[in-house]
Amino acid sequence: MDLIIEGIRKASLLIYTLDAELMGIVLLSLKVSLTALSVGAILGVPAGALICLKNRFPLRHFVLNILNTAMGLPPVVVGLFLYLMLSRRGPLGFMGILYTAPAMIIAQSILAFPIVASLSYAAIGSVPPIIRQAALTLGATSYQSAMAIVKEARYGIISGVMAAFGRLSAEVGAVLIVGGNIAGRTRVITSAIVLETDKGDFSQAIALGIVLLGISFCVNIALYFFSRRGNAAGYRYWV
Amino acid sequence: MGLTLNVSGLKKSYAGTVVLDGCSYRFESGSVYAIMGPNGAGKSTFLRLCALLERPDEGKIDFLDEDVSLEHDLSLRRCITLLLPAVGVFNTSVYENIAYGLKLRKVNKAETEETVLNAAEIVGLKDKLRRRAVTLSSGETQRMGLARALVISPSVLFLDEPTAAVDAGSSIAIEEIIQNITHTLNAAIILSTHDRELADRAADVILTLRNGRFS
Repeated sequence: MDLIIEGIRKASLLIYTLDAELMGIVLLSLKVSLTALSVGAILGVPAGALICLKNRFPLRHFVLNILNTAMGLPPVVVGLFLYLMLSRRGPLGFMGILYTAPAMIIAQSILAFPIVASLSYAAIGSVPPIIRQAALTLGATSYQSAMAIVKEARYGIISGVMAAFGRLSAEVGAVLIVGGNIAGRTRVITSAIVLETDKGDFSQAIALGIVLLGISFCVNIALYFFSRRGNAAGYRYWV
Repeated sequence: MGLTLNVSGLKKSYAGTVVLDGCSYRFESGSVYAIMGPNGAGKSTFLRLCALLERPDEGKIDFLDEDVSLEHDLSLRRCITLLLPAVGVFNTSVYENIAYGLKLRKVNKAETEETVLNAAEIVGLKDKLRRRAVTLSSGETQRMGLARALVISPSVLFLDEPTAAVDAGSSIAIEEIIQNITHTLNAAIILSTHDRELADRAADVILTLRNGRFS
């Protein structure tokens, strides 16, 4: 118990003094996860919208099943797959990005895409058809009516993006494999916690854990806010 | 008075059930038409076909001397609008809801603001423009739907059961608005209703839909 209390005391000091190493790790984590999230959202939201709104989308249910399965992709499997692709002998080895931040971003983008696409699909699919009809009666083209639906689903879509961010920020398997946990270059919060725990430096590990919990808490607050905004609209969609 | 919409031989079936069986009528601008009939008579279907939301199985819808029933130009479709019984509220402010049709038509900001204010005044929602539209009452929502249709100055305005989902007070308000806009909007206004008294008061012509045809 003393070990934990002492760890928390030292961790508080590290956070309070904005320890340079700690801040470097936190900032790199945010940079990697937010960039990956942006890539996942830029590709995932239109993909979800397309699957949901395009008439006669080929193999819709098959694609959805793939996406739903991919939502639960084990990060270590993604990491292993990407490692094999990016290693010197792999088909993408010529890029020379293994053990760099871009490799970590690619890995996390792969994890984010199905979450964003699938939850965007669900959010867009929950918008009542009356919204599309209302847009059409007011002179919208097919594209404009689709955009009206996507706009109505925005809180659900944002919730999906936030959920994906929650997963990325807590993910360790993929970034550890393709990033290599190199100090100052590819060491992020989760991989640093693993390392510091192995080393027995619990104060640094606890400090990073507290920051990670703080990020997770903020994500959940945002999720709660957006889901409430979405629900507030939902009860009157039919009117 | 001028010809705006000529419907001839309109037929529509759903899963083998004939809903419209050769509906024909000629609607002219400046007049109010009420379409009556029992539940399931095909009033809403007729309106949805004429508003080009659905395609008929057979028949023609001529608008400005052009058959628009199967293929239509966007500019022609934008002259026709339908206020659905369930308005379909966008989760934005009342102002943005009313301005939606103008935004689609890329009307500039100053003109949009003026048009929206005018329409909001007509329907009595001028003091609620900044409110979130989803917080309006049913009667206010219906009036917002009317304003949303009015701002685009349609040549043909369809109103599907405009007073069905509102209380008596709101019903009277909506009826007054319909009567007022008849004078300002040089459009053919076609409303479907179960309310015989509303039809008598508001409409110049009352049509009854029976067995898929006007009688």
